[in-house]
Amino acid sequence: MVLVLLAAPLLTGFVRKVKARLQRRRGASLIQPYRDLRRLLGKEAVIAENASWLFRTAPYLIFALTWVAASMVPTFAGGLMFSWTGDLIVIIALLGAARFLLALAGLDIGTGFGGIGASREMMIASLAEPAMLMIVVTLALIAGSTELATIAGYLETGAAGLRISLALALVAFAIVALAENGRLPVDNPATHLELTMVHEAMVLEYSARHLAMLELAASLKLLLTISMIVAIFFPFGMAGGGDGLIDIAACARGGLVWGGKLAAAGALLGGFETAIAKMRVFRIPGLLGIALMLGLLGTLLLYISQGL
Amino acid sequence: MNRWEEGIARLAAGATLLSLWGEVGRVHIAVLEGDAISHVVRDCPDGRYPALGARFPQAIRLERAARDLYGLDPIGLPDRRPWLDHGRAPNAYPFLPVEGEGLHQIPVGPVHAGIIEPGHFRFTCDGETVVRLEARLGYVHRGVERLMAGADLDFAAKLAGRISGDSTVAYAIAFAQAIEAALDAAPPRRALWLRAIMAEIERLANHFGDIGAICNDGGFPLMQAHCAILRERVLRAAESCFGHRLMMDCVVPGGVKSDLDLDKIKIFTAMISEIRERFPALVTLYDLTASLQDRTNGTGGLRADLARGFGAGGVIGRASGRDFDARRSPGYEPYEAAAFTVPVRTEGDVNARVWIRIEEVEQSLGLLTQWLETLPGGGIAVDLPRSTGEGIALVEGFRGDIFLWLAVAGGKIRHCHARDPSWFHWPLLEAAVEGNIIADFPLCNKSFNGSYAGHDL
Repeated sequence: MVLVLLAAPLLTGFVRKVKARLQRRRGASLIQPYRDLRRLLGKEAVIAENASWLFRTAPYLIFALTWVAASMVPTFAGGLMFSWTGDLIVIIALLGAARFLLALAGLDIGTGFGGIGASREMMIASLAEPAMLMIVVTLALIAGSTELATIAGYLETGAAGLRISLALALVAFAIVALAENGRLPVDNPATHLELTMVHEAMVLEYSARHLAMLELAASLKLLLTISMIVAIFFPFGMAGGGDGLIDIAACARGGLVWGGKLAAAGALLGGFETAIAKMRVFRIPGLLGIALMLGLLGTLLLYISQGL
Repeated sequence: MNRWEEGIARLAAGATLLSLWGEVGRVHIAVLEGDAISHVVRDCPDGRYPALGARFPQAIRLERAARDLYGLDPIGLPDRRPWLDHGRAPNAYPFLPVEGEGLHQIPVGPVHAGIIEPGHFRFTCDGETVVRLEARLGYVHRGVERLMAGADLDFAAKLAGRISGDSTVAYAIAFAQAIEAALDAAPPRRALWLRAIMAEIERLANHFGDIGAICNDGGFPLMQAHCAILRERVLRAAESCFGHRLMMDCVVPGGVKSDLDLDKIKIFTAMISEIRERFPALVTLYDLTASLQDRTNGTGGLRADLARGFGAGGVIGRASGRDFDARRSPGYEPYEAAAFTVPVRTEGDVNARVWIRIEEVEQSLGLLTQWLETLPGGGIAVDLPRSTGEGIALVEGFRGDIFLWLAVAGGKIRHCHARDPSWFHWPLLEAAVEGNIIADFPLCNKSFNGSYAGHDL
């Protein structure tokens, strides 16, 4: 759980580095996100005059919710401390709650940008979450469980074989992941243009430790989503477990493989973001609609192929 | 009919208003009809004159500015609010009222999230759609006209080069041309050629910057990264040949400051061939990136009649069907003898403005190649006589036509007025944004790229 927390900023730094190199820039150091966090933690927090208690507590709650969600995703080993407590639906609900709080906090101070950001975020969320649920249904039908570790374990055995439904779910999941994490083409994490922001617009009024919490939460969320994708769709090389005994060597191997998978996914993300421009706000529903339809199609195909 | 009324009759007949400006107790207008610039002065001892703004909306902001700066009261002006003088409405600038159900206002600026010049934009939106945009400018007012009055020519030339830093060469040329017209001096031919070379280099650098910045605001930083490299290449060549990256203070009244020898010409030739090699790939990248095209096509459309009515210069006008370029008409040396075309498009959207810039880059490269091969010999500057006179210049900067009028007496400037092309671009931006979604504003704004400093004076 702590490892996830420590690794999250590194992934963010890595994606930024990849993008910078692709733009022929040298780019900031890989550990720059850590430095940013330290700098933010050392600063005095400036809070808008008309901010309520919600504005001040939201960052901690958002961070806590995201962290708990991250702890339920199997990273390099199957049997995690918390994986018995929650399944995919709980993870989605936790992230949804975090997003709800963030939108409330954005609205709380009553500035124009917070409002714009919150309304856009809710529009995206209302389309991304059904798509996500369709994907979960597909996976649950294949693996017979909504628990991530079980799904990963089942898929790792290869019993599922190659299924069209899985491929559809992967594409849908990738689209949802881009939207959830505020990446291009849905939102631009590197923009300085107030009017085009979604996630950044909601956190525009935050500073110091509050901003640090939100940035860390955003990094965690990126790590969580990528881990989820690799755990479900590329589960090879994961250390077993679940029987309570932890095999150190297997864990180390699993950790290395996980790191490699994250790096590959980060590089892919960086490459994709370099090659594409941001989408017009009103085109986003179309994109997420595709994800929803793919998820639905995946489920339907399963029913047909299983002859239920 | 006196000359003032004649001038107004010309405007009504479709001539272009170049500028309207004040002095204490006098108001000036300059009108362009065909190739001819007519300049009319009206004495108003009581500080009042009949406003043009009621009939010609392009004059409204100029009249408001003249009232703020010189106390000239335009009688019958529909918009009575101050413009450049923020002291007259310190806290509550009355923005135009907007009424309707579900409308909300979004104030943006004057301090922005990026490092850009200050300006306040007041959006009234219906959801994501912009119903009205109103800009408030004047935050970088430095009192240029007041500083010019009584300044000697050296200082005034430096000042002119700093009215808008990104078009320093164009402003310096405009100032030098106006001085030379006022004092009846003719700079050597080699100096004219060198000025034009600098002007085209400035255009190249700025167009590269703009093309990249527009794409970046569409969320496509790759293009900006590549354009920034080309821009840097141009600026470095300028530094090694003229001694300053932006070529600030390289053009002086009477000629130019530094000469080009054969080695320096070689530096430019190498720069041109490098751009010719690398730029086409970027144009293809722009043209074939579907996600970027989706953003620029049809966004921020500017109607042709508005562009014509406001006399929108430069890229903005030419992207909306206004076939005007001060280099060709009225024209000045050495453009008159040079072979170049003025690209014009009619779509008027962001994409058209990008394409005009791309095509102008190609034209500038062609012009540079011609001039570097046929650079005339001779001196690069003449001494100016200490006489008295008035002069006008109309010079095409990278944004559009810069108009400059000055009166000089005994080696000192009596009065100098410079009108940046942005004076007419800013109100048109408000029109172009209307009906677009608010998230597209940065894209529209960057495709106009109005100057704040040049406008705020």
